[in-house]
Amino acid sequence: MSDGDTARAAALSAALVDAVKWALVALLLSIPLLAWRTIDTPTALDLVSRWPVVAEAVAIVFVGRLVMLLAVLTPNRSHETRELIGPHAIGAAFCGIALVGLIVAFGWLAGFEIAGWWRFRLLLVSWLAFLIVFQQTSIGLVFASLARWLSGTKLTSYLPWAGLGALAVFPALPVADRYTLDLAVMVLTYVMLGWGLNIVVGLAGLLDLGYVAFYAVGAYAYALLAQNFGLSFWICLPLAGILAAFWGVLLGFPVLRLRGDYLAIVTLAFGEIIRILLLNWQSLTGGPNGISGIPRPSFFGLVFDATCGPGSFCGFFGIEHSSLHRIMWLYYIILVLALFTAWVTTRVRRLPVGRAWEALREDEIACRALGLNTTLVKLSAFAMGAMFGGFAGSFFATKQGFISPESFTFMESATILAMVVMGGMGSQIGVAVAALVMVGGIELFRDLELYRMLVFGLVMVVMMIWRPRGFVGSRTPTIVHQRGAVVSAGNVKEGHG
Amino acid sequence: MNTVPILSVENLTMRFGGLTAVDSFSFAARRGDITALIGPNGAGKTTVFNCITGFYKATEGAVVVTREDGRRFDLHRMADFRITAKAGVARTFQNIRLFSGMTCLENLMVAQHNVLMKASGFSVIGLLGLPSWTKAQASAVDLAMAWLEKVRLADRADMAAGELSYGDQRRLEIARAMCTGPELLCLDEPAAGLNPRESAELNTLLQAIKSEHGVSILLIEHDMGVVMQVSDRIVVLDHGAKIAEGTPAEIRVDPKVIAAYLGVDDEEVPGSLEDRR
Repeated sequence: MSDGDTARAAALSAALVDAVKWALVALLLSIPLLAWRTIDTPTALDLVSRWPVVAEAVAIVFVGRLVMLLAVLTPNRSHETRELIGPHAIGAAFCGIALVGLIVAFGWLAGFEIAGWWRFRLLLVSWLAFLIVFQQTSIGLVFASLARWLSGTKLTSYLPWAGLGALAVFPALPVADRYTLDLAVMVLTYVMLGWGLNIVVGLAGLLDLGYVAFYAVGAYAYALLAQNFGLSFWICLPLAGILAAFWGVLLGFPVLRLRGDYLAIVTLAFGEIIRILLLNWQSLTGGPNGISGIPRPSFFGLVFDATCGPGSFCGFFGIEHSSLHRIMWLYYIILVLALFTAWVTTRVRRLPVGRAWEALREDEIACRALGLNTTLVKLSAFAMGAMFGGFAGSFFATKQGFISPESFTFMESATILAMVVMGGMGSQIGVAVAALVMVGGIELFRDLELYRMLVFGLVMVVMMIWRPRGFVGSRTPTIVHQRGAVVSAGNVKEGHG
Repeated sequence: MNTVPILSVENLTMRFGGLTAVDSFSFAARRGDITALIGPNGAGKTTVFNCITGFYKATEGAVVVTREDGRRFDLHRMADFRITAKAGVARTFQNIRLFSGMTCLENLMVAQHNVLMKASGFSVIGLLGLPSWTKAQASAVDLAMAWLEKVRLADRADMAAGELSYGDQRRLEIARAMCTGPELLCLDEPAAGLNPRESAELNTLLQAIKSEHGVSILLIEHDMGVVMQVSDRIVVLDHGAKIAEGTPAEIRVDPKVIAAYLGVDDEEVPGSLEDRR
């Protein structure tokens, strides 16, 4: 037997032993977690065994570990293991699985019914296969060179416009039924919130765990102003933003000296204070009952109602009433609000104040040595982030028509923060993609009920392994001497809070 | 030209709890001079520096800067960022503090923050993109590029500062400090970690800053090659107190300084190995 053969045999047997160990741990864990299920029978509570599920879990762990060891986790031994299985065979196999996964996903989107668990398995497997293909084979290189070629052509400069066009015509497409439109509105709301928080966390590097407070301020500001003073949505919108920005500054002042964990704790507390205040100030906010009957926005004065009278949308345009009209209008409002957020943020990033935010994230002491008033820099970041949170909040209020403190829990803050971190701190497009994945992706797995949080956790773990700096870890310089410069992820700091 | 010293430090005392790091220290830096502050490790040089630039608040004493136009600033009463913004004092750090994820050009743009902030109308004019802002930004870029040219980093303007080599980072930090438009430049060990060729370049750069831009320099340095060549005056600090002050020639032969810091060349020491043989 040649040396190569012995090395291969050794690598394979080591991997097998390791995979068996993992499978044993999986077996031990799945006995209490998966093997038994309680079932309510008319007479008593019954235990039902689920050994096939256990077997499946153990098999997944075994195969998964083996694949990881042989194909993914051993970069220094990768040539060895590639020889072991053969790069082309492995690439072809994974490509095949990935392709099947894609076809299934599209098939499902196109309307074929696949049971929830099978959909989950297929998507998971194909998704993992995709990642492995990208990591390990020349397919990744093909995509990379394709991307490089694309960025060299004029096509990329049309890409944003094409995206905008797609977003603009989306409600008119046949796929846009009530459910999809509602989902799109929700995704866009989170995109806007993510972009708002991105200013504070991603650009200025200040870890804010209480962002939902500003969302709540915006929502209640609109609800109360509209109900008590009869102001319209378009007047309340800037007012809500200003109020939220004011609260941002108010929060900013006491926490100016804090950094890192301390800042995170205080902002977390602030978020809770606002929620508990809303819960207990019965006379103003209605407490846990919330505020209902919040006026919906009108289409330039035309209301959306089923009577189709002279002042209504359907009456004015002489079309049949549809509840979709209002949702389409909401879609366009949030689209414009989100785009406004993006536009302002991108522009401000290229202004001295935005550059100061990023400098603050990189090194606060150096900022002060250069004569930057870091107090003002921090407050401006808090105020601006809070303002967009306030806009989103008042949109949320007008969309729902009903708000209560329950919509503004810490869970919301955590979700928005996760989007910013997952998207890549400071990157607009990354945050948008993360919002789509996290809100839309969770919808995909709705059938899995509680297990979808498990999927969510899994996605997070995989992300941290493969792309610890988020989807887009690099940053585009705010000003360049020559076109096309990019700062790679390794040099960009996360800030210290 | 204004003959009042640009910087005068009077009876500066800094105590950390029971430890007196700097004890009633006084000196003056003349306008247009390169003044070096030397002394053994732990003598309190960086503490003095931090007191001047406002990063520490001195326990006692006064630090006064007089600008070219005659305005006086009591630095011991000012916040650190105001010292740079108003009194025209810029500094670099012993452990380089660049914005490593930002490009060289961006680093120099941040240094011009206060000027640009006004020009951008506190972001309002900038957000609207009015011509006055575009013009101000273009001239800021010109200034930054001129400094990058001067420290020979112009071809790396769009490179992340963290990607530069150590010597380049040192020079970039000096260029960044200069972009704040200072009258007094405080450098904390600018030659640390540089090779002889880079130290020589640093000498030329410091001379150019002094002669072409009329900026006074205060310098902490251990590299005697740099100190003796570029400085006009040297202040020697030991155990938080001044032990000598004078021109490089005077300092070189000062017995107290030799005993405390410089040491002597081997051949001058009586009873050394060679003599005994």
